[in-house]
Amino acid sequence: MTMISPERLAKIFVEVADTLVDDFDLIEFLQTLTYRAASLVGAGAVGLLLADERGKLEFMAGSDEDVSLVELFQLQTDEGPCLEAVRTGRPVVNVDLGAAAGRWPRFAPRAAAAGFHSVHAFPLRLRSQVIGALNVFGTSLGGNLTDADVPVIQALTDVAAIALLQERAIRQGEVLSEQLQGALNSRVVIEQAKGVVAQSMGLTVDEAFVVIRGYARRHSRKLTDVAHAMVTDPQALARLKDS
Amino acid sequence: MEDRSAFIADLITRQAAVHGGRPGFLRGVCAAAAEVLSASGAGVSVMTDDGTRGETAASDPASEHIEELQFILGEGPCMDAFASRRPVLIPDLGDPSTDAGGRWPFYTPAASAGGLRAVFAFPLQIGAARLGVLDVFRDRTGPLTAGEFADALTVADVTVAALLDRHVQARDSRVREIDNNDYADGHRAELFQAQGMVMVQLGVSLTEAMARIRAHAYAQERRLADVARDIVARRLHFDTEKP
Repeated sequence: MTMISPERLAKIFVEVADTLVDDFDLIEFLQTLTYRAASLVGAGAVGLLLADERGKLEFMAGSDEDVSLVELFQLQTDEGPCLEAVRTGRPVVNVDLGAAAGRWPRFAPRAAAAGFHSVHAFPLRLRSQVIGALNVFGTSLGGNLTDADVPVIQALTDVAAIALLQERAIRQGEVLSEQLQGALNSRVVIEQAKGVVAQSMGLTVDEAFVVIRGYARRHSRKLTDVAHAMVTDPQALARLKDS
Repeated sequence: MEDRSAFIADLITRQAAVHGGRPGFLRGVCAAAAEVLSASGAGVSVMTDDGTRGETAASDPASEHIEELQFILGEGPCMDAFASRRPVLIPDLGDPSTDAGGRWPFYTPAASAGGLRAVFAFPLQIGAARLGVLDVFRDRTGPLTAGEFADALTVADVTVAALLDRHVQARDSRVREIDNNDYADGHRAELFQAQGMVMVQLGVSLTEAMARIRAHAYAQERRLADVARDIVARRLHFDTEKP
């Protein structure tokens, strides 16, 4: 899409790696990563999906949590670029959504209706396994990824896989499975918290998410912890409302 | 996947019919889990959110003993799975690299003495709503296969739905109808958002909120995804109607 300067690239990777050092929140980290990926290639939206052990793709994080966008990520459990990237282990790049209705009859028209022109998906690989995909949507006509963009986005996707391993030291396959299930459940907690905050404060769920994320950032707390407190601790919810 | 879920639900119901009533249902879960997972036994403990143990069941007396053991000793994979909200998978209790002996210094030798070689604990939960734990026991070492792991998650899901539905049989075709398709449309996140909203609307627990949403779906013969969508869009409120 745009030429990326080596300085900018280096800065982004250092920023991303820096987040990985200490105790970090996986979902928040993945959100930062999708946001960086989007700004790096000037994409309209970027999302990250993880495959659960039953092969379903679950939305984990996005550069934007808009309801219609989350649906677009999530409905790829049946068809779409992410499912293809997960199944083949290879990136899907520069697919023109206007011409993809035959390939993805449900997904392509909805993505096009949401204002996107192109779509790309990069496999999230861990050793021999593909455990998810990074999904990139382009908004402008001819907004294709260049040959130079492709390895950069794949590298950012590989960093996401490292993050999954890093959150808790992975000794064996069992621990990875534990980790994945834990991450998928944390994502559910965030959705529950959106509902709680939306209902308590008279907001839409999208607005509620912005409130929760802003509160977590201002108080230097993990997004997942704040979300959990919102659904389990009425006093924490009251503090958020008062803030 | 849908077929597998139906198969497991049928198996639980058949096993449960042997014993009858709600205790029979939990026994059925344990027997079905032991059967599909090639386990020597299984146990289920229903727990309240603070970790207090409620109903419990096991597939056989030896498994009942192992299930009891962790509550007597106050430690074990079941408690860790409940606390961490993720599965705890121990394919070899004697493997020094897994260090089960260090993690559970009282449970590990006691369970090993009872013939236990491998244990896999699965939280019964939806996000922050916790209902208990399913424990799978084996008298031989070795990991669950990918298919067995997926089946164990399905057993856990079917059990969670049945615990929420109380009076509806797991076999009941209505269960499959209301659960049908909540992935395909990309609306899965909305169900959890709706759960958070209903929790606030009714002033009930997160678990109870999901039970009410499901009860409403049964009563109105609607899909859960559609009910959730109406709640999130504020076309449906639970504070103004009887569930």
